[in-house]
Formats: sequence, structure tokens, C-alpha cells
Amino acid sequence: MLLIDCPFCGPRAEIEFRCGGESHIQRPGPHTHVSDAEWADYLYYRENPKGEHRERWFHSTGCRRWFNAARDTVTHQFRVTYKMGEACPEAGESAVSETAPSAVAGGIV
Amino acid sequence: MTRRYSALSLLREGLNGQRGWEPAWRDPTPKAHYDAIVIGGGGHGLATAYYLAKNHGLTNVALIERGWIGGGNTGRNTTIIRSNYFFPESAAFYEFSVQLYEKLTDELNYNIMFSQRGMWTLAHDRHGLEMARRSANAMLLNGIDAEFHDGPSVYANIPGLNPNPRFPILGGVNQPRGGSARHDAVAWGYARAASALGVDIIQNCEVQGFIIEGGQVRGVETSHGTIRSDRIGMAVAGHSSVLAAKAGLRLPISSYALQAFVSEPVKPCLDTVILSPATGTYLSQSDKGELVLGAGLDLYLSYAQRGNLPWMERAAAGVLELFPQFSRMRFLRQWAGIVDVVHDSTPIIGPTSVGGLYINGGWGTGGFKAVPAGGWCLAHVMATGQSHPLASAFGLERFESGAMIDEASASGIAH
Ligand SMILES: Cc1cc2nc3c(=O)[nH]c(=O)nc-3n(C[C@H](O)[C@H](O)[C@H](O)COP(=O)(O)OP(=O)(O)OC[C@H]3O[C@@H](n4cnc5c(N)ncnc54)[C@H](O)[C@@H]3O)c2cc1C
Ligand SMILES: [Zn+2]
Repeated sequence: MLLIDCPFCGPRAEIEFRCGGESHIQRPGPHTHVSDAEWADYLYYRENPKGEHRERWFHSTGCRRWFNAARDTVTHQFRVTYKMGEACPEAGESAVSETAPSAVAGGIV
Repeated sequence: MTRRYSALSLLREGLNGQRGWEPAWRDPTPKAHYDAIVIGGGGHGLATAYYLAKNHGLTNVALIERGWIGGGNTGRNTTIIRSNYFFPESAAFYEFSVQLYEKLTDELNYNIMFSQRGMWTLAHDRHGLEMARRSANAMLLNGIDAEFHDGPSVYANIPGLNPNPRFPILGGVNQPRGGSARHDAVAWGYARAASALGVDIIQNCEVQGFIIEGGQVRGVETSHGTIRSDRIGMAVAGHSSVLAAKAGLRLPISSYALQAFVSEPVKPCLDTVILSPATGTYLSQSDKGELVLGAGLDLYLSYAQRGNLPWMERAAAGVLELFPQFSRMRFLRQWAGIVDVVHDSTPIIGPTSVGGLYINGGWGTGGFKAVPAGGWCLAHVMATGQSHPLASAFGLERFESGAMIDEASASGIAH
């Protein structure tokens, strides 16, 4: 079971959340200038890294708000969670301990 | 020397103290150059290597596997084989696969224990019932065996079902020719038959990069050094994105963990395969007596082969909903595999934008049933440069052209 640190509610169990896939995707445009290949890339092609992934999560049975996370797809460890519209804190910026004094940015329990 | 398996060879080796058996496949050192290289020693890669030799006469072939034969999803799945799809393209492809499975034990001289015990999809509400009718009709129109049953008929056919479940069983579709096979045997049988035709099966050898010159593939870099070939097929299931990235390719694929469980073995109590979409579970009983059950996808990207607890709980609850009497059975073990999911739940088989590099992947949660046909079609496109007619709609170009085959919404297939 993952422990996920909602930026609004704090650490909660995985079953309260839903993952919304890759974050920070930009819709290409203006649409009259977008090729079929670019549309295909926007609609169907996603980052699928073996390692850190930036993704959106929805606290569906809590505050019902969306937020972003940087999570490792091999260890499932969340490095950091951050609010929509914010840039992803880089590793080493100690965002984890600032936002979650309990030092739990989410992990496996 | 016992090369062919038969009742007679069993008897002979029994009397002989089992000393005459040969290894099922050779363990060669890789050559510097091959006419074709297949990456991935799961069912699809092994079947590809076999059909390259058998159907196309290409015997100077290497199959490269980073771990051991059948150690990927081919050895981790719940072994269900069926062709109950909706669109003509998928129905034709999966039905061809089932037909190849029906002859495989004889063809490979290896008992894959294909047991056509039927495959039921249960309907628990009015919408499920409508879906079941539509699915049965679509299958019949596609020339595939299908039976629609109302509730009482489901109960008459599947002894032991909960007479009073929370989600009532209103009906179901059975594909009588569906069933299951021993998954390791499928891998081992293809490996043995391919090796006998001259294919070099190289285990414990990881492909770490590609040699590409002017947009054409020329070989691979492996943990055992450089191996050259102008014709390379990859069938690496959950790792398609990772391997394709080494050739500079991006794929429309997301990788998720899918988990399964087996119970302790018990006497025969379930003689068919059951899928219940509403309770989120599918189960069958293995020849050993274990209940084999599968869960849904963990819906966040994962390369961790372990699965999560909430889904395990849901799958167990789903089974108990159908068969409360199983509540005192224990899980013997649990595991997960990483599956490659594409948006339209249809596989990808065909060329890539790198010349000579071909892909077989995107099987989602359901590629075991497709092993013979997937290998057949990848071998065809590798040998001839042309997509096989059965797989011509499964190319990467469909994501640009929009000609998707959306089985998830059409037939309610999970992947
Ligand atoms: C829990 C579970 C249940 C399932 N149930 C069913 C079912 O009931 N019915 C069904 O039809 N399907 C089912 N599936 C799906 C099915 O198992 C897969 O689609 C199928 O096995 C894929 O076969 P494959 O040969 O492509 O992959 P695999 O068997 O995974 O083989 C790929 C191989 O590639 C190797 N590889 C990866 N990277 C490299 C590299 N760089 N170099 C060399 N080798 C590499 C891996 O080690 C692996 O052995 C299930 C899957 C899971 C996980
Ligand atoms: Zn919240």
C-alpha cells in the first residue's frame, strides 16, 4: 500500500487516490498548424520511463483536488508532491521536508 | 538419446532410470552475425523464431533473452486462451491464434496441456446482459463459437456458483473452445522446436543498445558483445518503451503492473474459466488443483513486478462473491508482471521508423492467447518486409491515421 502525501490533506492511503497519468503536457497549437504526427504524439504518446515520472494524482475520496507528483516507477517511492501550476522541485531542493515535516513524502508501507 | 517425446519414450526412459533425455534446446555461444535476431524469450519471441525457421526457411537466427526462457509475462499470466473479440480484425487474428493452439501439442511434439474447458463472461446487471448479447452476436457474425445463456442456464452449467450473490448473475456468454494451456510449456515447446530447426537461443544476454547506420538497423550491443544483423524483431512485453528508446524510438505505450494469485491446491471443483467484469475477477482451476485468479491493473506506471494490496483484496472479494465456499482457502503465492497498454487495446505488430527493426508489443493484459499468431505475424513481416494480412491493421501508423481498433469499449476487454 502506498502512502501518498496530498499537498492539501497530508499523507493518506493509496485507495483514496486515482492517478491521472503524465503531467505537464502541453497541447500543441494553433490547431491549423499541427501535423497528424504532432496530434498523435499529444493524444497517444506518453513518457513511460523506468525511473522518475512526473504525474498527476486526484485525491478522489479526500479533498477532490488534483496535484502533481514525482514518483519512481521502479521503487514506487514518491520523491515529492506539489500543487498544480507549480514547477516540479528538483532533487536536492529539500521540498520534501519543508512540505511534510513528518519527512514522509509518500512511500511504501 | 531421446529426441522425440512419446508414450514409448516415456516408458523407455522409465525403465532406463531417466538417463537418456537430452536438453530440450541447445545452449550455443552467440555468432558474430545472423540473418535475423529476435529480442525477448517470451512466448512471442520464441514463436517468432520458430516460424522464421519453419515458415520462411530462415534458420541462421538468434533469439536473445536477458533472463531465462519464459521468465517474463509468459510465465506469469493466468493462462486464459479465447477469441471472444468484437472487431473483425481482432476476431480473425485471435481466432487464428486459437486454431494454431489447437494443433500446437502435435506440431511441437510438446504437451502444452491446452484444455478447451470453455470461457464464461458473466453478466450481473441489465447493461452487462446487453453487452453479453451483443458480444455473442458479434462473435457469431465473425464465425467464432459463442453461446448466450440466461441466468438459470449459467447456474446449470457452472456448479457451485453462489445462489444468492450481491451482484445477481443474470446471464453470460460462453466460448466453448476457450480454455487454458500450461504457459511454461508453450515457451519451452517453441524453444525446443526452434532450437531443433537451428535457431540459437541465447539466455542471460541483455540487449543494451542498437547499431543504426543511416536509419537502418545493423545489429545490437549486448552484455555478450556485438551481434550483427540487418533484420531485428523485438517482443519484450512490459519493456517495449525501454528497449525502443535505445533505438531512439518513442512508443504509444504505458506500462502497468498486473497481478495474479494461486490458492493452495484442492480437488477438482471448477471445470471452466470464468470472467466477471462487474466483480473485477477472473478465475480457473489449474490441473494441479490450484485456483488461479487474476486482478485488475494497478493504474499507475510501474516497472515493479509486485502489484498492490488493494487490488489483491478486490480480486479476493470478487471471487468470494461468486464462490463463498472458497473463503477458507489460502493464497499460496502472488506475483505481478509488467504489461504494455495502448489506447485502443489492440497490439502493435509491424515495422518501426528504423529500417529493419520490427516490433511486436502492446499486448496489455491479454497477449498469452496471441502467442502463436503474434509470432507468426512478426516472423512474416521480418522475413518479407510486408505486414501479414492478419496484422496489417495493427501497425504504428494507426495512431496517426486514427484507424484505431478500440476493443476496450467494443468488447469490454480489460486491456
Ligand atoms: C498477471 C498476468 C495475467 C495475465 N493473464 C493473461 C491471460 O489469462 N491470457 C492472456 O492471453 N494473456 C494474459 N496476460 C498477458 C500475457 O502474459 C502477455 O501479454 C504475454 O505473455 C506477452 O508475451 P511476450 O512474449 O510478449 O512477453 P514476455 O513473456 O514478458 O517476454 C519478454 C521477454 O523479453 C525479455 N527482455 C526484456 N528486455 C530485454 C532486453 N533488453 N534484452 C533481452 N531480453 C529482454 C524479458 O526478460 C522477457 O523474458 C497476463 C499477464 C499478467 C502479468
Ligand atoms: Zn487531499
